[in-house]
Amino acid sequence: MGGLSHYLESEGIATTQISLIREHTEKIKPPRALWVSFPLGRPLGVPNNPEFQRDVLIKALQLLERSTGPVLEDYPEEAGEQEVEAAPLACPVNFANVPSQTTDLETLLVDFHAEIATMQTWYDIARTARNRSTTGVSGLDNEQIGTLFADFLAGKIVDREVHGQKLADILRMAAEDLRASYLEAVSAQPGQSTSPNALANWFWGETFAARVINEIRKRCLDMAVKDMRLAGELLLIPRNQMHRFET
Amino acid sequence: MVRLSEYSESERQHLLELPCPHYELTPLVGGLRLAEARVALLSTAGLHRRGDRPFAVGESGYRLIAGETMANDLVMSHISTNFDRTGFQQDLNMVFPLDRLNELAAEGMIGSVAAYHYSFMGATDPTRMEGEARRLSGLLKKDRVNAVLLVPV
Repeated sequence: MGGLSHYLESEGIATTQISLIREHTEKIKPPRALWVSFPLGRPLGVPNNPEFQRDVLIKALQLLERSTGPVLEDYPEEAGEQEVEAAPLACPVNFANVPSQTTDLETLLVDFHAEIATMQTWYDIARTARNRSTTGVSGLDNEQIGTLFADFLAGKIVDREVHGQKLADILRMAAEDLRASYLEAVSAQPGQSTSPNALANWFWGETFAARVINEIRKRCLDMAVKDMRLAGELLLIPRNQMHRFET
Repeated sequence: MVRLSEYSESERQHLLELPCPHYELTPLVGGLRLAEARVALLSTAGLHRRGDRPFAVGESGYRLIAGETMANDLVMSHISTNFDRTGFQQDLNMVFPLDRLNELAAEGMIGSVAAYHYSFMGATDPTRMEGEARRLSGLLKKDRVNAVLLVPV
């Protein structure tokens, strides 16, 4: 991020930026930066809080008036105080069988397909309520993603390309689309937590989808192809959730 | 809430060990009055229109986001799975504050908002983006942009 500031500023365009990791910005020394203490992925702080976002934005933009630097200032507020760090997420779907110890792949996939169908209703409600969705990077809907994952785990996919994409890419993008649809569905519930940790812990700890993604990760690690191994090592499950799966 | 010291030890080490480019000098154009700023957004969240090319591992290019793009048309194909996306899912302004920027322009706090905005994908080494970034500066100038707000993810 800071590198791009250097290049644009040296071409004569004034830059200012938000910084999420102060230590990186201290090293890169971009012309003007406002460090914020918000979680990675949330540079403006609090969703659906225009006043909070506006304040962050104004403080970042005001640095444009500085003509000496580099400038690195700290934003004074913390986002956590603005939202309720709810206790365990109250999931709208009651998955009777907690998937924690499911090891039989066939059973897992049956449960996974049923879960997709159940979540679809909540996703449709959420999409209508927000008039927006962030899914669709892979080009597949959840039913197609379910089929793709099942076929991959069954060893039925031998081509390096699927739906016009490299297999490693489509698996990664499909996993993100699936996760996005689940999280959009659950976070649209009235009174639901918007805490990133609560939402992540729910998805990775309590859904069959997460278990299936873990099976895909393990299968990728067994493959000789470099991009599949990279996907398995880094791109399917967050580092801070891996502890659930390392047994 | 999320200072580096508050991450787990392994996560903190990982973030601290990420390579950062070194620059001898920091370029600085003269400061400008906000009321005269024409501002473009530059995100590194791997944003693009749904149906546009997703970002690939190691990609150093950018995607164009026209100012009138609807929120429902923007998706994120950043390759990393390690940052929160639920903020973006609930509110586009969390990573791409175009509505807020338009409000500031309507109030006269900033001069105007650019017609076009841009997104790179931040997992790529920024030094590999230099050529694209310098070419991008030409497009920004054609759009009469004199200020860019860079937003990480």
